[in-house]
This record gives sequence, C-alpha cells and structure tokens, in this order.
Amino acid sequence: MECQECHKRPATLHFTQVINGKKSEISVCDVCAKEKGYVTYPEEAYSLHNLLSGLFNFDTSKIENPALHKMKDLQCPQCKMTFSQFKQVGKFGCATCYETFSDKLDPILRRVHAGNTKHFGKIPKRTGNDIQMKRQLYQFKSQLQQLIEQEEFEEAAKVRDQIKELEANIRNKEAGDQA
Amino acid sequence: MTLEHFMDDAISPWMREEGPSSDIVMSSRIRLARNIASIPYPIIAEEEKLAEVRHFIEKEYANKSFNSYHNFEFIPIKELTAIEQRVLVEKHLISPNLAKHTNESAVIISENEQVSIMVNEEDHLRIQLYFPGLQLRHALEKAFEIDDWLEEKVNYAFDEKKGYLTTCPTNVGTGMRASVMMHLPALALTGQINRMMPAINQLGLVVRGIYGEGSEALGNIFQISNQITLGKSEQDIVGDLESVVKQLIDHERNARELIMKESTTALEDRIFRSYGVLAYSRIIESKEASSCISNVRLGIDLGIIKDTSRNILNELMILIQPGFLQHYANKTLTPGDRDVLRASLIRERLKLEN
Repeated sequence: MECQECHKRPATLHFTQVINGKKSEISVCDVCAKEKGYVTYPEEAYSLHNLLSGLFNFDTSKIENPALHKMKDLQCPQCKMTFSQFKQVGKFGCATCYETFSDKLDPILRRVHAGNTKHFGKIPKRTGNDIQMKRQLYQFKSQLQQLIEQEEFEEAAKVRDQIKELEANIRNKEAGDQA
Repeated sequence: MTLEHFMDDAISPWMREEGPSSDIVMSSRIRLARNIASIPYPIIAEEEKLAEVRHFIEKEYANKSFNSYHNFEFIPIKELTAIEQRVLVEKHLISPNLAKHTNESAVIISENEQVSIMVNEEDHLRIQLYFPGLQLRHALEKAFEIDDWLEEKVNYAFDEKKGYLTTCPTNVGTGMRASVMMHLPALALTGQINRMMPAINQLGLVVRGIYGEGSEALGNIFQISNQITLGKSEQDIVGDLESVVKQLIDHERNARELIMKESTTALEDRIFRSYGVLAYSRIIESKEASSCISNVRLGIDLGIIKDTSRNILNELMILIQPGFLQHYANKTLTPGDRDVLRASLIRERLKLEN
C-alpha cells in the first residue's frame, strides 16, 4: 500500500482517526507521519528519566481520559507541582510533595525499590529523637512478645518496665511539644 | 588556601594512602542525598531560594574544620572556568550534573579532598566521602559524622516512614549510594565479568564502567554500587555490597593467578608492550592509553614491573582526561593536540618513577 499523503513511499503506519464520532482510517509512510504530525518523536535521546517516568505511568485509565485526569490532578500546595508533572519528570518538587501524592506513591516506590516502601535506615540525630524513641518502643514490644512466647517471664517483666518508662517519656515529650 | 591545589594535582591527597585490598579496590565512596525541609528542591525552586541555601552553607561551613577534616573550601561553580569545572568532575569532586546548574550551585571540599559537599545539585545537599581501598564501613561511619554535623544547623526533609525525602524517588529512604571502584583486568581479559554482571544486578547492585561510554569499561575500571535505598538500613546495604565486592576480589585474584601460571610469557609480553607504548609514544588516544595503563598496573601488582608505584593507575587515569590536559596546557585543545600532550605527560610521569 502506498502512502495516502505523498503517494510515493510505501505506507508503514496505520492510524484510526475519530472525528465527530466518525471513524476513518489512514495509512502513511514514516516521513509523512512525522511531517504531518500524526506522530511526534521526542527530540532528545531516550534518557533514564524517560524510562523512569514511563515506569510511573502505570495507571492507564487516567491516560485514556485526559479531560477527567486534568480535573482530578493533585497539586502540591508548597511547590505547585502537579501529579502529572511529577509523572513526567519523575522527580519531586519539595518535601511536601511526598505528603500530597502519598496515596499514589507506594506502587511507584515498590517498583523502584524491589517491593520496599518503608525506611529502615538512619534517623536525623538532632530532630529525630521522637522517631528514635518510637522505633525503640516498637523493638521493645516485639522483644516482649518473644520473651512471653519463650516463657521467660522474669526477662519479660524487665522489658515491660522499660516499655512503661519509654511510653511515659514519649507522653511527657508530646505534652511538652504541645505546650 | 586557594583553588589551585585542587586543580594542579591529578591525584587527591587521600589517594596516596593505601587501603585494604588496594591492589584491586581503588576507592570506596559513600554519597548521602539530603534536602532542607522548608525549601523547594533545586529542580523547581526559584533562584532566590537556592541563593539562600548557598549563602547559608557558605556562612556556616566555609573555612570550617570538623574532626580530621580541615579548612573546608567553599567554591561557587559559576566562578570556575569550563575547564576548571571539568577538572573537578574528572577528579570526582563534583558531579557532571552540578556543573550544569551553574548559577546557584557550589561545592565545599575538605583540604585532603576526601569530603566534598555539593550544594544545589539535584538535591540541596549531597555529601560525598572517598576512602582508598575497600573501606565502606569506615566511610559510612565518617559520612554519618559529617551528616550529623550538617544537621546541627539544617532541618532535613525527613519522614518517619519514607526516610530522607530526596528529589528523585530512586534515592528516597537512606538517600545513600555506596560505591566501590575496582580494577578488574583479569576478569575482563577472560570475559568473566560479563557473565557475572547479570547475577550482581539481581542482588540490587549495579556494575558499570566509569570511564568510556556504554558497556565499555576503559582501563578495566568498574564501579559497583547499590540500586535500592529504601527498606534496608545503610549498614545492611553496605554489608551486601561489601560481600559481593569481596567475592569479586577473590575471583579477580584467582583469574590473575591462572593467567600468570598458564601464559606467563604472553602476559609479560602484553604488560611490557604496554609499558613501551606509554614510555615512548608521541601520540596516544585515551582509549589506548587507558588499556596500557591498566596493563602496567597489573604488571606492578603481579611483581612483573618493579620500582613503579601503584598509584600510577589512579593518577594517570585522571591525568589523561580532556579537562585535566587542557587545564595543564592552560588553553582549549583540539582532540589531536590532546593526544600529543597526553603522550608527553605520560612519558614524563613514567620517567619520574625511575
């Protein structure tokens, strides 16, 4: 089949157009497809970020209905980045973006970090004191559970006291923060 | 202190020390990505906001000393010439990306060039530490100290569940990239490295050549780093990386021994020919130079070439890069001119050894 635009080269691309509910088909060569704007090619070479943002475009229902998508597009109150912008560049605009887009984040993080969504590493030394205490509390509680299962009640009682003390500390600190 | 000493020596002061397994591991690096909670990230922030970050870091940290790191030099990138920027990239003191955002980006570098902190790169702050040989755990410890030192005055963007909130989702969590630069000539010569790469990738680690493009690793120098930053502690990530690196070291040593035993003369021939090329050529491209430097270094490690220091690989690999050559010539050079200057610098450097 020859190209329906230039009638010279063989047609290699076939498009279905829907205009006012009327369906029509057109076959063109790759040169005309580009010139007449049937397809657009990115100007720069495919970069890691393109690949990355490709990875984020998992929600195909949104892509099929762009009008609806736009209406619901989340926007970060701090830096004004929208969720569709985020998907495009594959980068956050500020710390608040993480909160703004939090509902949609876990599937992305799972893909990038081999199924992980939760941080287990370092906590800031100066500002992270409360988190440190909470993490310690969590550790004590699982330790307690283990000791009870192993029927080591003396040890368990010690850990229980440590939990009480730590919980009191956390309560005091929270009260102090609010005051 | 002036900028000159960062520019004039191809080799950073810390490289002169030998670390564990430094016959194979050239360096260990820890990089931490950190952001300031209240300021939009560099990709989107207005210039004034980024200027604020830059001025704050300059005010609080320029010319300061911390622990064993002295006289942090504050360098605004826009005050550097294109060639100077390139030299810092080639010495791995800044990233190519930092050199692209010139207006508000800066770097502070410790006197021994072991610590560099990039300001307004992709993240507000990127702390980077280099150690000779395989010293990932030690590097991590020191990186945490620098991190705490910065955190004394900066409120980091941090979330209890998501960890350090970075610009790119690939860094979130620990914000840490740990990497090791390895010289693996025997694994490359026997083609084993290509067979090992997929297995290493499956462990969440990445192997790539640091010089050259695509899959080519000029000078047989490979970088192995962690891909995942979320869900594991920094210590676990570093532990996993270290165990793979140790296996690679064993494989490389075995492969070297095997080649040495099976084809002594062929290996000696290869090494001495390379030495000859470096010692006598008048025009040399970086690809040929890299491969000869790698062979000579292998010869030194195996005791075939004597009286030449091991540092030659670290030093020459930087010395032969385009930025450094042009800085040395103090002008822009065509690729042809660079090949001539490269050959002459290598000859001079080898003469110094004897």
